[in-house]
Amino acid sequence: MTENTMIQKPLYAITAIFDTPNSILHAAEATSNAGYKEFDVHTPYPVHGLDSAMRLKTSRIGLFTFIFGLLGVLSAVSFISWITISNYPLVIGGKPFWSWPAFVPVSFEVTVLLASVLSTVAMIVFYFKFPNISHPLHDTAYMKRVSSDSFGISIQASDPLFDQVKVEQFLKNLGGTSVGPVYFNQEELEHGQKIFDPKFLAVLSVIALTVSIVTYFTLNRLLYVQPFNWMMEQGKLKAQEPSNLFPDGIGMRVPVEGTVARGFLPYPYKGKPEDAARYLVNPLLPTPKNLERGKAKFLTFCSPCHGNFAQGDSRLQGQFPNPPTLQSDKVRQWPDGSIFHVITEGQNAMPPYSRLIAPDDRWAIIKYIRVLQRAQHAKESDLK
Amino acid sequence: MSDHHAADRVNKPLPKKLYITGWILTGIGLLLYVLGYLTDESHAAFANVVNFLFLASIGVGSLFLIALEYLAGAVWSVPMRRVNEFLASLIPFAVLLALPIFFHLHNVFQWASPEIVSTDTILQAKSPYLNVNFFVLRFVVIFGTWIVFLYFLKRNSVLQDKDKDQKHTRFNIRISAMFMPVFAFGLTFLAIDWALSLEPHWYSTVYGVYFFSGTALAGIAAATFCIVLLYKHGYFPQLRRDHFYSLGTLMFVFVNFWAYIAFSQFMLVWYANMPEETYWFVARWKNGWEYISILLIIVHFVVPYFALLSQDAKMNLPRLKFITVWLLFAHFLDLYWLVMPTYSASPVCGWIEIGFPVLIVGLVIIMFGWKMKRYNLIPIGDPKLQKGLEFHL
Repeated sequence: MTENTMIQKPLYAITAIFDTPNSILHAAEATSNAGYKEFDVHTPYPVHGLDSAMRLKTSRIGLFTFIFGLLGVLSAVSFISWITISNYPLVIGGKPFWSWPAFVPVSFEVTVLLASVLSTVAMIVFYFKFPNISHPLHDTAYMKRVSSDSFGISIQASDPLFDQVKVEQFLKNLGGTSVGPVYFNQEELEHGQKIFDPKFLAVLSVIALTVSIVTYFTLNRLLYVQPFNWMMEQGKLKAQEPSNLFPDGIGMRVPVEGTVARGFLPYPYKGKPEDAARYLVNPLLPTPKNLERGKAKFLTFCSPCHGNFAQGDSRLQGQFPNPPTLQSDKVRQWPDGSIFHVITEGQNAMPPYSRLIAPDDRWAIIKYIRVLQRAQHAKESDLK
Repeated sequence: MSDHHAADRVNKPLPKKLYITGWILTGIGLLLYVLGYLTDESHAAFANVVNFLFLASIGVGSLFLIALEYLAGAVWSVPMRRVNEFLASLIPFAVLLALPIFFHLHNVFQWASPEIVSTDTILQAKSPYLNVNFFVLRFVVIFGTWIVFLYFLKRNSVLQDKDKDQKHTRFNIRISAMFMPVFAFGLTFLAIDWALSLEPHWYSTVYGVYFFSGTALAGIAAATFCIVLLYKHGYFPQLRRDHFYSLGTLMFVFVNFWAYIAFSQFMLVWYANMPEETYWFVARWKNGWEYISILLIIVHFVVPYFALLSQDAKMNLPRLKFITVWLLFAHFLDLYWLVMPTYSASPVCGWIEIGFPVLIVGLVIIMFGWKMKRYNLIPIGDPKLQKGLEFHL
């Protein structure tokens, strides 16, 4: 090394290596006692007692962590509140929209996330002086040793008491080995921060662009290529969708005038119970199959109010007015058409069931009600 | 460096005045117990359950900390371990404190009253577990095993003071390893038997953990309070900020752990919203109990959380002293909140509530006065002592 290059390379610090945690503790204490302020200690693992030996003040990072945590809990609670109250209110389990206990786990997680991630960011910004992404000690023989099996101390040239010869002697007296200077990286000093290097920025933009394009094509194109589209695109029309098949461009069609769709035959005796009683005839025979079907539908739709044996003994326990029994003489003498009419149109507190029970099922239920009535009012001949 | 200093702390007894105060308080406490049982049997029995659980949790919480120190190979807590040992010695007194309740089991526990069980199919179905004989057997087994472990852990620690032999530490590590599962099961059964079974229809699978979080906190708070007090009066001249910081951190951890578990228990019940589970919380949310519930959250979590949050707070001795008393009160309130709603539909606070803990305070003082006369306050024979005294953060 010639005199010339020595001058060109500005000095960052003098470093020294120590072998044991106790010797580094001693060295740190002696260094701060000697009045040096700008020095740092590097150890391969946390050594207890360094804070007081280096006379470090309480770290300010804790305050930042607290503020970030507060930010986390406030943003999480207000975001969830906004969603559940105004943006997309959903009734969940019959609870109020603003059910704070359900927010606690998520808010807790967001608090921890923001507090820890932003604390790390704050640490990088404050201690590494972002956007500086390098450090003079990086990639030195000193750093290689103190990050594996040795303990090191570095006294910086920016310290007001710094004098290269004195500091080297001081560290040697403390028992340090490999005492030597570390210089700033010449290239970095000349070119400024590497993060603003056009080449670096160009590579960063290319990576960002590539990732964006690949993501866009994967999500918007690749997933729709047959047959890899996971059935997301299907050749059917959904409700409210337009269609080019028809001249008016409307996907949803109305029936042709004067026709009736299968299973949508209108009920002709609306408001006319007498006509229903007179003209309607049960089309089903009391076969075991029909009775089974009637029983299933009766137990599903009728028994909650009318009771399992049609005696009006509901399971509602007073939450709804009890309906009359179907075992009365009146109902037993009704023609099937009358019962069909009541099921279809409803009566008093009973709502119409035409939307819930298909016509054939209604007839099957009536067959089953007849069975229940017969069972409760058996004739002598039935018992033989 | 300071080898000789440790030996200075051999057998320094408590001031006589304090010792006598302890006896007076114990006497007053006993008198209040007798008065309580004479005037209002059932109320006294319920308050007795609260106080028994309080004393038992301080004792076994301290024993847990001793075992934890051995198992984790902790160094920083070695100089203060005797305080935990003295507090753990309260476990036999907890057994004595529970005795009056055994004569009033039918007043306290529904399942112990044959008239109620005969009309209740659920209690009949649970009777193979919830019956008086098995209950007493469990009590004997739980406390029997704990006292055996307490005896050996303490004996080895004291023997080491004399012969300074490392084999005692190795032996205690083995005992601690055996103690941990015994502690976990014993504490869970203790919580189920004495607190959960007060509402025998209710169940909560996290109840044992909930009880543990309070127990460990009570153990640390009691130990920290005694350590701070003894330090202030010159009994622990070698402790430093680093020791108090560690105690404060441990306390802070369990404040958070308690809140975490308490909320977990609440949230699952709240979310599922099933009548057979919610009624336990509903009972604590009406007739004035809602104020106690809110108070519990503030006293047991909010205040200690912010009081212990910063680094400086954990090393601030006046604050530590205040917050340990506060946390012990919080643990008492927690037990009161668990137990008393079964006794009364609205919160009660009479002379029984305020008077019964006097006995516990008296017992703790007597225990310290008695033990400090016989044993060293610092385990001078422990091989980790020097490292513990030189402990740095």
